Amino acid sequence: MKFTWFNLMPWPYLPDDFRETHHSVWVDIDSRLFDPVKSHEVYNTYLDLLEYASTVGFDAIGVNEHHQNGYGIMPSPNLIAAALARRTKDVGLVVLGNSIALYNPPVRVAEEFAMLDCISGGRLIAGFPVGTSMDTNFCYGQIPALTREKYQEAHDLIIKAWTDPDVFAWNGRYNKLRHVNIWPRPIQKPHPPIHIPGGGSVETYDFCIDNTYSYSYLSFSGYIRAKALMDGYWKRVAERNAPDNSPYRAGFAQTILVADTDAEAERLYGEHVSYFYNRCLHVYPGFADAPGYRTIKTIQSGALSQYAPVRGYANISWKELTEGGHIIAGSPETVRQRMEELIKTLHVGNIFCLMHVGNMPKEKCMYSTRLFAEKVMPKLKNIFPDYADDERFWCHPIQQVKPGSLPKEADVLAMAGK
Amino acid sequence: MSIELKTIATPHVPVRYFEGGSGQPLVFLHGAGGLVAGDPFLAKLASKYHVFAPLLPGYGDSEECHTLRDMLDFTLHTWDVIEALGLKNPILVGHSMGGMIAAEMAAVAPHDVTRLGLIAPAGLWLGDHPIPDLFATMPYDYPAILFHDAQAGTAMMTAGLALDDPEWLKGFLVTNARQLGMAGKILFPVPERGLSERLYRIKAKTLLIWGDSDRLISPVYAQAFKKGIKGSELVAIPEAGHMVTVEKPDQVVAALGRLG
Repeated sequence: MKFTWFNLMPWPYLPDDFRETHHSVWVDIDSRLFDPVKSHEVYNTYLDLLEYASTVGFDAIGVNEHHQNGYGIMPSPNLIAAALARRTKDVGLVVLGNSIALYNPPVRVAEEFAMLDCISGGRLIAGFPVGTSMDTNFCYGQIPALTREKYQEAHDLIIKAWTDPDVFAWNGRYNKLRHVNIWPRPIQKPHPPIHIPGGGSVETYDFCIDNTYSYSYLSFSGYIRAKALMDGYWKRVAERNAPDNSPYRAGFAQTILVADTDAEAERLYGEHVSYFYNRCLHVYPGFADAPGYRTIKTIQSGALSQYAPVRGYANISWKELTEGGHIIAGSPETVRQRMEELIKTLHVGNIFCLMHVGNMPKEKCMYSTRLFAEKVMPKLKNIFPDYADDERFWCHPIQQVKPGSLPKEADVLAMAGK
Repeated sequence: MSIELKTIATPHVPVRYFEGGSGQPLVFLHGAGGLVAGDPFLAKLASKYHVFAPLLPGYGDSEECHTLRDMLDFTLHTWDVIEALGLKNPILVGHSMGGMIAAEMAAVAPHDVTRLGLIAPAGLWLGDHPIPDLFATMPYDYPAILFHDAQAGTAMMTAGLALDDPEWLKGFLVTNARQLGMAGKILFPVPERGLSERLYRIKAKTLLIWGDSDRLISPVYAQAFKKGIKGSELVAIPEAGHMVTVEKPDQVVAALGRLG
């Protein structure tokens, strides 16, 4: 199993009546709710927590990209990943990812990811999401019906830019470049492993299967509701004659909260979970799905946006959230049982552990993180012994240099004979 | 007056079109909401003209066309349709998105259009008068934006449908993805593709028709079109919103009579 500690980086100061008094947490969220001075501490705390997670046994730490979003103050995941690359060692860096249809030209992503791979010593796991409709269409203005075509071209261009050692010309529909020749190049060959976040598009299943990319389902509605979607994916894996059904072909994001007992978990984390589901997921449904963003095939398969749930998340209770599997919370044993159920029923090898939730303070986050790392994770590590050697979907670090290895000032002077 | 739904081959995809009536040939290009056989405006036009109303690919039951991507593609495709229909210099009329396409057609081929009717056309953008984002609007909020009389508009739009039925919703989403997905190629995220810089090329006698209480494309835009198209004439229709074609079909058709 591969466990990635993830932080969406929510803004923790949304008002109590946010849902009642504000239109949406995303796209047109009131900018006056963002306090740049307070953000200084928020950002640094979140970076500290990611660094902390890298020291307690997680396989990777993860960041993602959202725009104009009150629960994800990380429009540039690469900036965060760059900071982490310097301050962490040996853990994977999952950047899940860069919405590649948004970058003009997309070789920018090839360059920045190559830089991250070089700075981190081959620790990058690259994510290429199409991006949500909120981010891609409503914030970044991409035409919904053309987004997938543009995404596909961006992908093809990035892979070629990473793998073709020679200068080449690119005459695409969306990008015309006469001299493609990125510097630097990634350490990992032929390129860093690629994970594709998806929300049920059949096209995305096929894309992952055909390219040996890992399919990541990033849902906030938990593993029980994810079963149908993941079953669809595995069915497709079989239909398309993939050589194997390695669990590492898939990843799943799950909110996880651990305490000494189930009751303590509710007492410690209940308010923060409520903050997340009631305020952070208050997305105006008109932004959930620009017409044309989803393909007809996908809509017909019944995959509706998780951002427009039929009855919404308003006032959903702790009991509903835990019983429905939206969140996995409780004592180490409770969490272990449910995680095992998740891993086995969804058949996923990559778990993106959402261990910071809503407005959770750092102490609680560290407490839960350590309990998970020490009392839960070790018991889940070897669920798929048959695939223990499957490294196709994971990073391959080289010997790490130590940051801050400059010589002493005296040695510098000695060098000059002084 | 029977209106028939027919199909004509074009270089891209087979195009579905409504045809009916007799008289001078008139081509009507629908707005982003599409067009159905029972549209009262279509019937009204057919009582006076020989109407051809092609559906943009993806609208109604017509085949989608993924190779139509930008404004020039839409413009030339619609010229292809007119050619396929064997029409020469028909009266060219468009509503909203269809008006935008009609204006572009008249600008790229000014010698092929001598009579142009633009009904609340899209295609311009005035920073002080931003057009509401229909792509981010929930269906139940459409009537207030599209109609002068929102209540009557709601009745026209929903026709007694249950908006919370999951099967209906799936059908609605598919239709929306097909139709507005296509429309989005020229209307999203801002319904402007450089028309203002081409309006000067239009040589047709041009009639602008606008509902006085258009809350989607404000009547301010009528003035901008009037200014951009030399010699154009404006007919403002009271107590009508953006859907002036269905709210006041008689008056719109009467106004089009001025094109001769």
